[in-house]
Amino acid sequence: MTMTKKLLTSAVASALMVSGAQAAISDNTVKIGYLADMSGTYRDLAGPNGLKALQMAIKDFGGTVNGAKIEVLSADDRNNPDASSSTVRRWVENDKVDMVAGLVASSVTIAVSKILEENDRLGIVSGSAASSITNEHCTPNHIHYVYDTYPLANGTASAVVKEGGKSWYLMTADYAFGHALEADVTRVVEANGGEIVGSVRHPFPTQDFSSFVLQAQASGADVVGLANAGSDTTNAITTASEFGVTQAGQTLAALLLFLTDVHALGVDTAQGIQLTTGWYWDMNDATREWSDRFMKETGVRPTMVHAGIYSSTLHYLNAVAAAGSDDAQTVRKQMMDTPINDMFATNGRIREDGRMVHDMYLAEVKTPAESKNEWDLYKILRTIPADEAYRPLSESKCKLVTN
Amino acid sequence: MTMIFGVPLAVLSGQLLIGFINGAFYALLSLGLAIIFGLLKIINFAHGAMYMLGALLTVVMFNTLGVNYWVALFMAPLLVGVFGVLIEYFLLRRIAGQDHIYSLLLTFGVALIIQGVLTNIYGVSGLRYAMPDMFKGGIKLDFMFLPYYRAWVIVVALLVCFGTWFMIEKTKLGAYLRAGTEDSQLMQGFGINVPLLVSLTYGFGVALAAFAGVLAAPIYSVTPGMGANTLIVVFAVVVIGGMGSIGGAIITGIMMGVIEGLTKTFYPPASSAVIFLVMVVVLMFRPSGLFGKEA
Repeated sequence: MTMTKKLLTSAVASALMVSGAQAAISDNTVKIGYLADMSGTYRDLAGPNGLKALQMAIKDFGGTVNGAKIEVLSADDRNNPDASSSTVRRWVENDKVDMVAGLVASSVTIAVSKILEENDRLGIVSGSAASSITNEHCTPNHIHYVYDTYPLANGTASAVVKEGGKSWYLMTADYAFGHALEADVTRVVEANGGEIVGSVRHPFPTQDFSSFVLQAQASGADVVGLANAGSDTTNAITTASEFGVTQAGQTLAALLLFLTDVHALGVDTAQGIQLTTGWYWDMNDATREWSDRFMKETGVRPTMVHAGIYSSTLHYLNAVAAAGSDDAQTVRKQMMDTPINDMFATNGRIREDGRMVHDMYLAEVKTPAESKNEWDLYKILRTIPADEAYRPLSESKCKLVTN
Repeated sequence: MTMIFGVPLAVLSGQLLIGFINGAFYALLSLGLAIIFGLLKIINFAHGAMYMLGALLTVVMFNTLGVNYWVALFMAPLLVGVFGVLIEYFLLRRIAGQDHIYSLLLTFGVALIIQGVLTNIYGVSGLRYAMPDMFKGGIKLDFMFLPYYRAWVIVVALLVCFGTWFMIEKTKLGAYLRAGTEDSQLMQGFGINVPLLVSLTYGFGVALAAFAGVLAAPIYSVTPGMGANTLIVVFAVVVIGGMGSIGGAIITGIMMGVIEGLTKTFYPPASSAVIFLVMVVVLMFRPSGLFGKEA
């Protein structure tokens, strides 16, 4: 009797386990939490329009997945890792959120990914820059989709050095992201035979760059490299233009510049600046078609982050449908097994460290004569192949990578 | 080349000049704050928002109506000043005579509302405002390239600062103002309309902030959040100068600009903290500020 009972229990238990792994979609609902800067410095590059991109993806997917509802929650990360951590904790514990999308400030992403790992949910990072997110901070629970500091440095810095910009002066935002970018740029510049002749770490954020611009001019460097982002970069470029940096023969290299930044600066001020981007709206018919729809929804052209949110959400929902489950590991594996071919990427693939590798682009801001309208801002100079752009796995410090 | 602590003299002279220019900005902003506190005893946390409104109006009026820089230099402060009068009349007046904390919270709330609404409309990337043609370019000095616009900022900021100080400290109107806030009942008895005087003073104080905003529009990225960071620094300037001391605000503003500029040269990471460090030291030794009257 006891024997039969034991057998029966274990049979039931294993049946449960099997159904748990294969499992239908939990609560018959796929819940997505959108966490991004909705009101601060990074609002325009992700923000409320990123949420619209996410909703576009859900609508295009059909609104349900294998008959299960798709629900979206959203919150402002306030660029604050602590506040964001408690939001995400609430999402996974009370609201049963399956996937967190958006994820902008690198500090927020690193904090949130720990909670996702503890609770075994999935995070898809579209906004963050730090390459450490899939290096020393990698987890089996998140994917880094759009770009990171490694290709930014690789693309822009190596192009500028090859054009003869051998000596560099760096203006670095004095926090984690700036330091990471500074390190990546220094490595690339030196590897290409250039040198860093001076640098300054400025407080984040800084409004008045005149003092730093003066120091950069006095350094006599060929290139003034901006290892900062958002309003810091636009303020630095405006001030450099006012003080005649480029007229005096120095080149400006902005290492992280979003479409919204260039739009804010205008082509008069920003013309000729080279930058690296993961995507541009005006590359081919597929990008243009999607961007037109996005513009109808939002009134602006999408940044690479907006496009990445759309693409990654569709990729996620396709994986949920194919696997018939919203279990984090099952879906992640399905996403890794499927190459990404859409308006965002060609043959994009997700590596075991969570890095989505795809081609990146070296672009140059058009001159006023070349630019036909307010969003006609970049010309693509070069495609940087995926394998050349991103940190090779052989250099990875990620715990998921076995070398 | 002559070096001072490892910094070439030429670079140092440039930094001093830059510091002086930024100081003139601080002076203009802290002046309005000092007037509002000194005469009305209101801690105006909406000052940064008014500075931002000045800059934003300059851009928006240009984009929609084609209003040029020179007209904006008068129009933006005027409009913001009228807005200030309305805030004083409808809101601040109701809490007159209460503890300072009430005016602080009220104006802080007003600032957050203004900033939030404008962020929803204009985003955060910044609006572009082209440098007026006559200010394009600059002079090549021995030690630095001085853009014409920065030279103009020093001249006009100092003129406005001096003019304001003169009006309040040396003219009859200024005397009425000071007397009206000292003993409003007595002044009412003399037939002076004190409530009107108070409204106008608040309006004038915030108009000064808007004026600084117009000056800032061509050189800084104009965003709804641009006033929030500046506000804290400017408050520190006023505290160092002595709350309510008008001359003190001007001199301290310039001094802090220079100190900040030098910090940016010798140890940049401390440049956002140095003004607060000075504030701590000053408060330890002179609690009423450098130019404040001992309480």
